[in-house]
Amino acid sequence: MEDLSRFKQTYFDESAELLAVAETGLLNLAPGTVDADEVNAIFRAVHSIKGGGGAFGFTDLVAFAHEFETVMDGVRNDSIPVSTDLVDTLIRANDVLGHLLAYAREGSDVPPGTTDAVVAALRRYLRAPDTDANTTGVAAPPPAAPPPAAGVPPDDEDDEAGIFGDALAAIAEARAAASEDAGAGDDDGRVRRIITFRPRHDLLMSGNEPAFLLRALRRLGDAEVECHTERLPALADLEAEHLHLWWTVRLTSGPEVGPEAIDDVFEFVADECDITVTIDSPPPVPVEPPQPVPTAAAATVTAAPPAAPPAATPVPAAPAAVPDAAVRREAGGAGGAGGGNGAGNGAAHTGLTSHTIRVDLDKIDRLVNMVGEMVITQAMIAEHVRDLPPGAFQELLEGLEQLAQHTRELRESVMSIRAQPVSSVFSRMPRLVRELAAATGKEVQLVTAGETTEVDKTVVENLVDPLTHMIRNSIDHGLESPEERERVGKPRQGTVHLSAQHRSGRIVIEVADDGRGINRARVLSKAIEKGLVAPGTALSDEEIDNLIFVPGFSTADAVSNISGRGVGMDVVRRNITSLGGRIAVYSAPGEGSRFVLSLPLTLAVLDGMVISVGEERFVLPLTNIVESLRPKPEDLHGLVGRCDVMMARGEYVRLVYLHRLFGIPRAVGDATRGLVVLVETEDGARLGLVVDEVLGQQQVVIKSLEANYRRLDGVAAATILGDGRVALILDAAGLREMSRHADHGGTRATAALPAPDAPAAAGSATLEPV
Amino acid sequence: MKKKVLTVDDSRTMRDMVAFTLKNAGYDVLEAGDGQQALSVVAANKVDLVIADLNMPIMDGLTLIRRLRAAPAHRTLPILMLTTESDEKKKAEGRAAGATGWIVKPFNPDKLISVVQKVCG
Amino acid sequence: MSSSTALAPVADRTAAGVVPRADAARTDAAADAGEEQYVTFTVGEEEYGVNILAVREIRGWTPESRLPNLPDFVRGVINLRGIIIPIFDLRARFGGGRTEVTKRHVVVVLQVGERTRGILVDAISDILAISRDAIKPPPDVDAGMIDAAYLSGLYTADRRMVTLLDVERLFAVETGDADALERRLPAAGRDVHP
Repeated sequence: MEDLSRFKQTYFDESAELLAVAETGLLNLAPGTVDADEVNAIFRAVHSIKGGGGAFGFTDLVAFAHEFETVMDGVRNDSIPVSTDLVDTLIRANDVLGHLLAYAREGSDVPPGTTDAVVAALRRYLRAPDTDANTTGVAAPPPAAPPPAAGVPPDDEDDEAGIFGDALAAIAEARAAASEDAGAGDDDGRVRRIITFRPRHDLLMSGNEPAFLLRALRRLGDAEVECHTERLPALADLEAEHLHLWWTVRLTSGPEVGPEAIDDVFEFVADECDITVTIDSPPPVPVEPPQPVPTAAAATVTAAPPAAPPAATPVPAAPAAVPDAAVRREAGGAGGAGGGNGAGNGAAHTGLTSHTIRVDLDKIDRLVNMVGEMVITQAMIAEHVRDLPPGAFQELLEGLEQLAQHTRELRESVMSIRAQPVSSVFSRMPRLVRELAAATGKEVQLVTAGETTEVDKTVVENLVDPLTHMIRNSIDHGLESPEERERVGKPRQGTVHLSAQHRSGRIVIEVADDGRGINRARVLSKAIEKGLVAPGTALSDEEIDNLIFVPGFSTADAVSNISGRGVGMDVVRRNITSLGGRIAVYSAPGEGSRFVLSLPLTLAVLDGMVISVGEERFVLPLTNIVESLRPKPEDLHGLVGRCDVMMARGEYVRLVYLHRLFGIPRAVGDATRGLVVLVETEDGARLGLVVDEVLGQQQVVIKSLEANYRRLDGVAAATILGDGRVALILDAAGLREMSRHADHGGTRATAALPAPDAPAAAGSATLEPV
Repeated sequence: MKKKVLTVDDSRTMRDMVAFTLKNAGYDVLEAGDGQQALSVVAANKVDLVIADLNMPIMDGLTLIRRLRAAPAHRTLPILMLTTESDEKKKAEGRAAGATGWIVKPFNPDKLISVVQKVCG
Repeated sequence: MSSSTALAPVADRTAAGVVPRADAARTDAAADAGEEQYVTFTVGEEEYGVNILAVREIRGWTPESRLPNLPDFVRGVINLRGIIIPIFDLRARFGGGRTEVTKRHVVVVLQVGERTRGILVDAISDILAISRDAIKPPPDVDAGMIDAAYLSGLYTADRRMVTLLDVERLFAVETGDADALERRLPAAGRDVHP
């Protein structure tokens, strides 16, 4: 057993997956929609958890899983009808199973009473069908006196015994006879038994092989084996796979070998053999091997040679003493009979033929890193090649072109390894909805679409919290109570739609409800009350809706214990923004709200524009860039002091001078001599970033700045450019925040509003070049 | 030459444990996650013993046993059912389908080895 | 089946051909009857030493990319075989002003806990085996002059004085400074995300 503990990790990993499978299945389970495959999958999951748990001696867990499994078995064979109540109980059981796994994993004791309530609830279902078992007949599962929670389930007890009743029936007599004579051994307790073993001629067809059974007997003690061949037909009549031999075995074994050991050997063949076991008189000389006495019946075959070897070699290697595979081949010809030890069929030993393999994430991460390095190296070479005299080195250039292509494909392939369907996140939501519906007393239906949409693993992981929040928000604030819905002529049951899709290189996730929509009057008054908006400010509907993302909006009296878990939509937005995503809300009074969340497909690479300011180079995510332009002097306007605005596409856009914001010396500084990159932040706000030059578009590998240093304002991450140097990847929203504070001394009044606000005051000292 | 055992189980843990135990006992071990995979492994390798779980997705153990027995080449191939279900009905079904014998989970390694020896040496 | 979070950095270290981590140093050295090896280097007229076990590699100067709005002892970041590490200017850190970098300047790459960081120094001078007994405690330096917390001791080699640095404390001080600096900066209201 000791050795098997090495599999615990596998077991816990697998069990976690199985629990999730079971949970998904249970959440889909509802009266009237019982899908046999699904039910079977749940059963299998519980069953596997129990099976593995038994191997590691997790008795509490096994006992509980057994209860759970028994009820699932009833569901599986229709003896337990599916009711909402049952599903709730089963979900609770799944949770308890998860807890038990956690205790087992930690190696800590299961607190007494952990399983009691659920076990009691589970057993209720066993009793019920039991009472009408009279009418349903065989269908009822064997609820044969469920053991106490801490007990060991019956089938494990079977295993303790090592053998199974049914198989024993055929040799029960022999066994009884044997035990009657059990005292027949001598002082040493050595017992000599005479065993006759007459297999039916079709024994081989069940895959059993007498030779192995005889060998198994030999392991029990000193055995003389005599082979009887008188039933062997003439060669011409010989059936290839039929057995015609039978055997007599004289087995002398120690006292530790009881009748059950003999039974055990013949466990699988009891139905297909005549077996007799009789206790012979005690061996004449305990230490000496018994003298073999060939019987007359066996005379046709050379039995054990008269000069028997000493006891140390229990069975002489006499050709016919133990028929091994060779006998069978002789009798049966080559054929295709399995079990022989002939040379293989030449097929490669392919080992696993599974279509999927499990790979440690670290390995994939390393692969991603290496590919990243390759992208950089390739960009580096490309940079050098650009300096070569044009026209020369044509083949080199073509080769490089190809290399670039392959690199791109390689990168895409590697990234696709990390891609995961969003279903792993979506599948958690039905449960959330169920809980929220119960907690709020609302009736909610969750409709999901696009679960198979794939996105990088890191993105998937980062979706859980935002989605949880948005769904909470929809159910808690969006949907009305069933009564209210009826009053306004909607179905009692509200609907939350959750969908995912790919759209222009990003993943777009929507959470939409058919509730009452955002109460704009209330949102606005609350924002004013909290000092987030100046009284009297005129805001568009969209601006009001987006106030829910403003830090400080949803903290205080947004209160219910569901949405108000200390975090509001501002945190959701901040998290999403930090992943390079954006979130927006669209609402129609009385009709519902729709949150739209978009994220890059991967957090490992991004398409960026390389820009320069002074001697520094930066990367701007392409998704943020609207266009870049060189303004004419008449396009620029000073606004109350130092802030400039620029007319672009009919709108005034605030200019942000990157060299000022970052304190970069020797920059161009004048927007009319440099360039303005029109940037749109994730929440839709625009600003004009003043830079020296735009160097070109490039795919870059995102590198962490925080791994060895820390986060910096206005910087999303870093990357390595073709010349091997580091460039910072800019965070447009962060830059806007910085500039806002720089421009007006830190008032955060309308921080989240997209409208360009009135600038004021001077920049802080930190803006000066060092 | 080492005997080759194929363990068929949808539970990775079980496969790993069977494989580990039998490899230590001197067997070569192949693995498959369901009956369908098992058939292709058996087709591509000379397997001396199949140890199959009963309840598996895609193709369950009983179907696997029937499919194997239906092929002339595997009529005498030893097949053990590996199952936690020790009830007699299952065993009888297994036998009827052509199983050679059975092992009840949770097994202990010695028991597994002794059963394997009993059917494939 | 193995989870190997530590694998990548380990492999990296082996590739660099250098030494285990700083925190492993103490136990190793303790077993070694009190003698430890120090890499010493110069900054201006002064000589400093760091425990060799913390030194991951020594490399020539490569141009850094600057980081915005940080004190000038934070030179910026460089690409160390695919990872991005910050470089600190030791001269500036000790109040001697920003180093005018030449080709002779070197970066000592240090492993501090899980983090890799570089310090810019003038030149490597020596590797010394220093017995613990020979290390003198640092004198009480005026609080205003230098923060003595990152000095682990003083050692006299020939007639030179070598100031031994505790790299972990050195960077702890740096982090403190950086945080203080951040407090002075306008808060952008953005949390650090793990």
